[in-house]
Amino acid sequence: MNPHRRSPWIIAATLLTLFFLYAPIVVLIVFSFNASRISPLFTGVITKFGPFQLVSGNVVQSPCGPFHWFCDLSQNTEVLSAARNTLFVAVTATIVSTIIGTMAALALQRYNFRLRTFSQISLYIPIVIPEIVMGITILVMFSQLFTFINDSLHLTGDSQLGLGLWTVILAHISFMIPFVTLVVQARLQGLDKSYEEAAMDLGANEWTTFRRVTFPMILPGVLSGALLAFTLSIDDFIITFFTNGPGSPTLPIYVYGLLRRVITPQLNALSTVWILLVLIAVFLTQRVESRQR
Amino acid sequence: MFKRLRESKSAQGTLLIIPTLIFMVGMLIIPLLLTTVVSFGHPNANGGVTYTFSLDNYIRLLGFTNDCPPGIKTCFTTLYLGILWRSLTLGFNTTVLDILLAFPLAYFIARIHPKWRDTLLFLVLVPMWTNFVIRVYAWMMILREQGVINSLLGWTAGLLHVPFKPLGMIYTPGAVLVGMVYEFLPFMILPIYTSLEKIDNSLYEAAADLGASPFRTFLRVTLPLAMPGIVAGTILVFVPVMGTFIVSDLLGGAQVILIGNLIQRQFLDARDPTFGSAVSLAMMAMTIVATYFYTRKFGFGEEIVV
Amino acid sequence: MSEFAIELRDVVKKFITPEGNELAAVNHVTMQIKNGEFFSMLGSSGCGKTTSLRMIAGFEWPTEGEVYIDGELQGRKPPFLRPVNTVFQSYALFQHLTVFQNVAFGLEMEHTSKNDSRRRVGEALEMVRLTGMDKRYPKQLSGGQQQRVALARALVKRPKVLLLDEPLGALDLKLRKEMQLELKSLQKEVGITFIYVTHDQGEALTMSDRIAVMSFGKVLQMGPAVEIYERPANRFVADFIGESNFLDGSVKSVKDGQAVVYISAWGQELTGIVTSKVNVGDEVAISIRPEKIRLSDQSTPNAISLDGTVVNSTYIGSDTHIYLDVRGQRLKVWEQNRVSTLDPRAYYQNGQKIQLSLVPENTLVLPKE
Repeated sequence: MNPHRRSPWIIAATLLTLFFLYAPIVVLIVFSFNASRISPLFTGVITKFGPFQLVSGNVVQSPCGPFHWFCDLSQNTEVLSAARNTLFVAVTATIVSTIIGTMAALALQRYNFRLRTFSQISLYIPIVIPEIVMGITILVMFSQLFTFINDSLHLTGDSQLGLGLWTVILAHISFMIPFVTLVVQARLQGLDKSYEEAAMDLGANEWTTFRRVTFPMILPGVLSGALLAFTLSIDDFIITFFTNGPGSPTLPIYVYGLLRRVITPQLNALSTVWILLVLIAVFLTQRVESRQR
Repeated sequence: MFKRLRESKSAQGTLLIIPTLIFMVGMLIIPLLLTTVVSFGHPNANGGVTYTFSLDNYIRLLGFTNDCPPGIKTCFTTLYLGILWRSLTLGFNTTVLDILLAFPLAYFIARIHPKWRDTLLFLVLVPMWTNFVIRVYAWMMILREQGVINSLLGWTAGLLHVPFKPLGMIYTPGAVLVGMVYEFLPFMILPIYTSLEKIDNSLYEAAADLGASPFRTFLRVTLPLAMPGIVAGTILVFVPVMGTFIVSDLLGGAQVILIGNLIQRQFLDARDPTFGSAVSLAMMAMTIVATYFYTRKFGFGEEIVV
Repeated sequence: MSEFAIELRDVVKKFITPEGNELAAVNHVTMQIKNGEFFSMLGSSGCGKTTSLRMIAGFEWPTEGEVYIDGELQGRKPPFLRPVNTVFQSYALFQHLTVFQNVAFGLEMEHTSKNDSRRRVGEALEMVRLTGMDKRYPKQLSGGQQQRVALARALVKRPKVLLLDEPLGALDLKLRKEMQLELKSLQKEVGITFIYVTHDQGEALTMSDRIAVMSFGKVLQMGPAVEIYERPANRFVADFIGESNFLDGSVKSVKDGQAVVYISAWGQELTGIVTSKVNVGDEVAISIRPEKIRLSDQSTPNAISLDGTVVNSTYIGSDTHIYLDVRGQRLKVWEQNRVSTLDPRAYYQNGQKIQLSLVPENTLVLPKE
């Protein structure tokens, strides 16, 4: 018997919180089918397929029917290039940070060396300090570095070093490494050392042991570390904001810029697509995970 | 060379950690030190930094300024301390509201039949996976003058034939609070859930068996055991609230300036990286000290790593 | 080929404990293990037996001293360059590989040809009676089967020495007994030197040609099972291997491998066999195995007869365990139940007066350390 289990108060509070969590998301999705060009005003769903037709600010007919804003979005080259940037940054940073983070996890979990404590502490820094501070410090470093290099090499115009996607990638890698390390380390902790010893005992050298035994056994950990890193990267706003150069925004940066100027139902369409993609990705990873069990 | 490496475990470990150290030192520690150096400098005309050693930026942050009415050398302004105070109160309020909202839900998930647990957790996580900026946008749509709430209210008023004037909700401190509470709610739910989930059902049975009322059981059993989760959740919510500037920027307009906005403006509009650096460092110091004492007082939960 | 398969020369292994203290897990150990021998290291946990084994395998490097395999100094050679193989306590079977792939793993590392490898894996699996199981995964096997796979995986490499780290620890009693005999006959069949680490004295006594009894990082005694049991070097070994009655005393005289010891508790002298060097005046322990005390009225030549009272007697099937009070000292005696009867008078009753005799041949004089 559990004294709270069927308490109506708990159920009511739970439903309220769930409503609070989901109402904004529902709003986002519903409005991506809105007829009105002014996004917060709901005037009904576009129902008719046909040549584009606008009546007093409302789309009444579109070649894509209710999916008018999605078609509109797919024509938006800025969005597409921002999406490409986001993906490029996330994929590159995920690959690099997964490799480096896995190496670090191996070092910390399987070896003793002089810099061990220092390394472990330094890995906690990005988790503990506020994101904005990390963004700022990296920005300060890059701008001082660039000023120094540009001045001392007398670089001018286009040849000047400046912020860009590559600085974003470097920043992302450094805040993702600790998360990957943490996840992989947890997995290694649960992996008995004797598997690796057995492989070596049977004649496998260090690299073969890693390739044939350690890696296959920690693969689930490495994958979930990589997935976490990827999610953090595509979602990141603050660090990207400070380390990004002009002209190559990632999606969150682009959306933020847009929100400060205009609001269009295209944004809702974008949100809907984003939510859908996330749902599919999460669903797939859960499938993979449950199969591994 | 190769034989030496093979015969030294310590060298192997060092080799594996080197790339990480390059990033941690090059992208974290050196930038932090450099920012400290910059915070002691002065801005120069083209947005660069003149390196000196002065505490001017920190003195300015405390509210003392030379930019005074004629005849007075230094004067005092509460501008920055006000921003600081506003950020702290907002952080506090957000955390408290998140705990109140998260606890019942976390409790419900922890005590529901295990069959449903994963599904419910998934439901909690989905909003977190949608983009941060997009979530702020959702609240802009809801709170605007012509937004969802006002439309619904207007429509209801129309049905009742009552005169209706749209409520001014967006660009108020309240809007920022709602936005913050929403953004960070999942970060409170998950750690609390993790600690509640560990409580064995027999503890509740024992409490009931010993004659404790549901309320007393909550106070004496549930709450103390959920404390590590609440501590972890508080850190996960409070620290980022202090440094977030999009929510206040988009939902608070010019009305609500937080530390995050202050820092951002120094780097983008005011072009004073030295003052911006000083504010960042002060903020970092504040959050680290607060986190340290808070965790010392309430114990550190492993729930911090979600 | 060297005379010794394995030689440890004055080996020390120190670890730093989590508290920062230095601990010598193995403390100046010297051992010589002959070719083809079934050698056991016996001791309770933390006695240094596993660390010694791991230093032979190459998982640990000695802090001091040297390890020789087949006369060759090993130094800091990694495990994959040593001609020994290990059967792990946890088996350490690769969960992501099938039985065949597990056994073939070591051959693959030697670049054995596919055909050769298939044949040798087949032979190895046949040897451990697992033919037909090659496509299964370790998780689909029982504990005993997993144990055999681990054995086959190590043996297929034809190592100079096979190292076994408590390989039967996870099995139930009956299976363990079976495997003990099987391991012993397997060792005879393949003729490989086995080094077997265990905390189970029964296991060590059953299988080994020689046993090293270890405690706190040191070897206390090394020798065949009979020697360890019948002539323990000191009180600790006598206590650790089997059971024994101990009486404190001091040496009065030593002559011809026998010593006369004065037992102050009894105010009486006992004569016994000396196993290690003792001097007149030494404080020693008299050790008498419980099954070697005779309860009878007839006195035998040169036996010492004593009167005792039965304090407790326990019927355990094959034997009866009798606990006696003999002039204030407790003695335990194991008597075989040689006659099948239900008559309670045939067994011993509490409070019963009884006479027992101690003979010098069954009495050991042991140093306390």
